[in-house]
Amino acid sequence: MAHDSNHQDSHHPKHGFWRTYVFNTDHKMIALWYGITALCFLLFGFGLVMLMRWQLAYPEQPLPLIGKWFGPTRMPDGVMLPEFYNQLGAMHGTIMVFMGIVPLAVGAYGNFLIPLMIGAPDMAFPKINLASYWAFFIGGVVMLASFFVPGGAASSGWTSYTPLAVIATTGQTMWIIGMIFLITSSLLGAVNFIATIFQMRAPGLSFMKLPFFIWAQLVTAFLLLLAFPPLEAAGVMQLMDRVAHTSFFMPSGLVVSGEHLKISGGGSVLLWQHLFWFLAHPEVYVLILPAMGIISEIIANNTRKPLWGYKGMVYSIVILGLLSFIVWAHHMFITGMGTTISAFFQATTMIISIPSVVILTALFISLWGGSIRFNIPMLFALAFLPMFGIGGLTGLPLGLSSPDIQLHDTYYVIGHFHYIVAPGTIFALFAGIYYWFPKITGRKMNDLLGHLHFWPSLICMNLVFMPMMIQGLAGVSRRLYDGGASYAHAQGVLHLNVLMSHAAWVMAVFQIPFIINIFWSLYKGQKASDNPWESTTMEWATATPPPHGNFAFDPKVYRGPYEYSVPGATQDYTPQCQEKVI
Amino acid sequence: MSSGTSSSSIYVLPHTVEPNPETGLFNAKLGIWLFLASEVMLFGALFSSYILLRVSSVNWPLGSTILNIPLGTLNTMVLISSSVTMVMAWASLKMKDFGKFKLYLGLTLLCAFIFLIVKYFEYSAKFHHHLFPETSTYMAIYFTLTGLHGIHVIGGIIVNSYLWGPGSKMWLDQPERFTNRIEIAGLYWHFVDLVWIFLFPVLYLL
Ligand code: HEM
Ligand SMILES: [Cu+2]
Repeated sequence: MAHDSNHQDSHHPKHGFWRTYVFNTDHKMIALWYGITALCFLLFGFGLVMLMRWQLAYPEQPLPLIGKWFGPTRMPDGVMLPEFYNQLGAMHGTIMVFMGIVPLAVGAYGNFLIPLMIGAPDMAFPKINLASYWAFFIGGVVMLASFFVPGGAASSGWTSYTPLAVIATTGQTMWIIGMIFLITSSLLGAVNFIATIFQMRAPGLSFMKLPFFIWAQLVTAFLLLLAFPPLEAAGVMQLMDRVAHTSFFMPSGLVVSGEHLKISGGGSVLLWQHLFWFLAHPEVYVLILPAMGIISEIIANNTRKPLWGYKGMVYSIVILGLLSFIVWAHHMFITGMGTTISAFFQATTMIISIPSVVILTALFISLWGGSIRFNIPMLFALAFLPMFGIGGLTGLPLGLSSPDIQLHDTYYVIGHFHYIVAPGTIFALFAGIYYWFPKITGRKMNDLLGHLHFWPSLICMNLVFMPMMIQGLAGVSRRLYDGGASYAHAQGVLHLNVLMSHAAWVMAVFQIPFIINIFWSLYKGQKASDNPWESTTMEWATATPPPHGNFAFDPKVYRGPYEYSVPGATQDYTPQCQEKVI
Repeated sequence: MSSGTSSSSIYVLPHTVEPNPETGLFNAKLGIWLFLASEVMLFGALFSSYILLRVSSVNWPLGSTILNIPLGTLNTMVLISSSVTMVMAWASLKMKDFGKFKLYLGLTLLCAFIFLIVKYFEYSAKFHHHLFPETSTYMAIYFTLTGLHGIHVIGGIIVNSYLWGPGSKMWLDQPERFTNRIEIAGLYWHFVDLVWIFLFPVLYLL
């Protein structure tokens, strides 16, 4: 801003389109940009996997209609090349995790709601906030551009294991550079989130009065702050290995395509895996904690009663955050790192499942005795609970080192984490969009279209991911170009590939009602009041849409976040910033 | 959405200058400490990698046989001095002596440039002797760690030059806020210094 950034007045009479929309440092505008960009990436990442599902269901058959568009280097005559399949797989994972869910769950939700929920006028560092968005955007562009360099995009999985990733084509270099931008974005965002929550809470809003959503964002921000830098370090070393031909991750005596590599050697292959999973296990909690936060708000609001065990949930999420730094090597049980190390990480993994179960159980018990309103956000929230439950429970056998020998790198693992991130996190993100849409736009989303989105998605999710568990138990490996067609032991479960692919495509079709709903409701949706869900938290206490600076009054907090159905009150909700119970 | 155009209220971000009584910090100071925590993790990962690679290697060279210890010592002195002048710059502002501030921050910048020039000569000497990152894992970690540290030095130079030049105008209308800026720039600079104090013995002496 041209004027003193300490005093940001809200009149921008001379500011045209660019200042109002693109370089606006208002947290709500940045959140919207994050949200829109991330939703586009999610759709794109979903598109990649729909292509892969064709190849898995119908290996080496030409893809009808659109197959020829991809050109001879990717799909000659519409038949997918294995190299292209690998690019799709690696980029699907990268895009969904780092460019879809994290920017949406953290960048969009956190940015929009943190200042509003804690009664602050903006984030602590508005310009850094804007920089964080643009770093994310540039990282995304680099990732997408990597499809068009010679050899195509990165193809060594979202995990980029070495030495494979070091000898891969240029796309991998682009992947590292893109990741460095995305990591920078997350770091800037994390600093901002933590500083805002610590420094700018409204008077009276002590930590134990924070909405659970804020706790979830706070812990998430710490995970991003402390877990991402080691991946950045690893990325720099992999970049050195690729560009300067060092041997950080390259063992001696490596032979590639019959040729002895001319490198100094002596590097450690496992070092990459340790550094990667040191980030990536906390990262899976980055994917799930904001979702838990969203679900908690929606459940408290729609059961019209306080969350059961709020304090226990808070302690659990903090412990979860701490423990998530010492479980990473459960992804490496069969790498030969040794049984002593395995035993340690198996123990910590079992321990960390306790706080997850505490949170889930508290949410289930919260439903008990509530007069539940089954609106669209609540439907998604209710579906989240059992879906996350399945995802979590299937993680337990993976966390024990002996069953993991059988299950590692099979479709069972894919089923496990997709239950958590797809009908888990993504459903929570949908729930949040339906829930907070009225605050952003002043209109509610359409119910009928919402049902048309929710029910088919729920059914298809299970049809896509449950069969993966079966295939995995039968021993089908993940990352197979033909979905197991050339393996004898996979023959009995091969037909499931067709079912899963069709379910995925049908699911795609039923995302259309959601997209229509967003645009239709923007102009034609039922008009909503400032607090249409009769909620207690502070984002509903200000005008819709919230003005620049968020609150026209000085917000003060008098009570905890979930004062629903207070005995003796005539109104079944008592907002946090309302002085008297009425 | 119409945020940014709808109301005419003016708002002030709290704790940009005066500390929050609960944390005892102003926003940017908490921000820089958080940022430095992430930097600790960044260099921590690299140092851990160094240890891991070294203990699993069969013939790790002794740093002192390859690197130039006098030059390294010189650079250590230069950086430590620059940390001292950085503190003096901040203290000068506290004592409302803008001229002294300019002098000391200028000296800090000078030290940073001397450091980089010495580093440049060290690097070229290595290249001249055909010692490249690919030569050995020791050289690889040497170039990666010092390179990354060098990038941090350059970052510090950019920030400090801004605060020395155009950014110092803030002294006229918001002296307290400007003093705070120098303080957090200083915290960053001390961190860069501290990293070198670890790097020097690890790479040059051990
Ligand atoms: C009770 C909790 C959980 C336990 C015990 C658990 C355990 C595990 C284990 C041991 C693996 C490695 C399996 C293997 O590769 O052989 C794994 C994979 C994975 N888990 Fe979980 N997990 C849990 C929760 C979560 C959550 C909350 C997420 C969040 C999104 C998640 C996401 C993932 C992902 C993405 C992978 C696959 C990584 C890959 O190899 O590409 N898990 N889980
Ligand atoms: Cu894990």
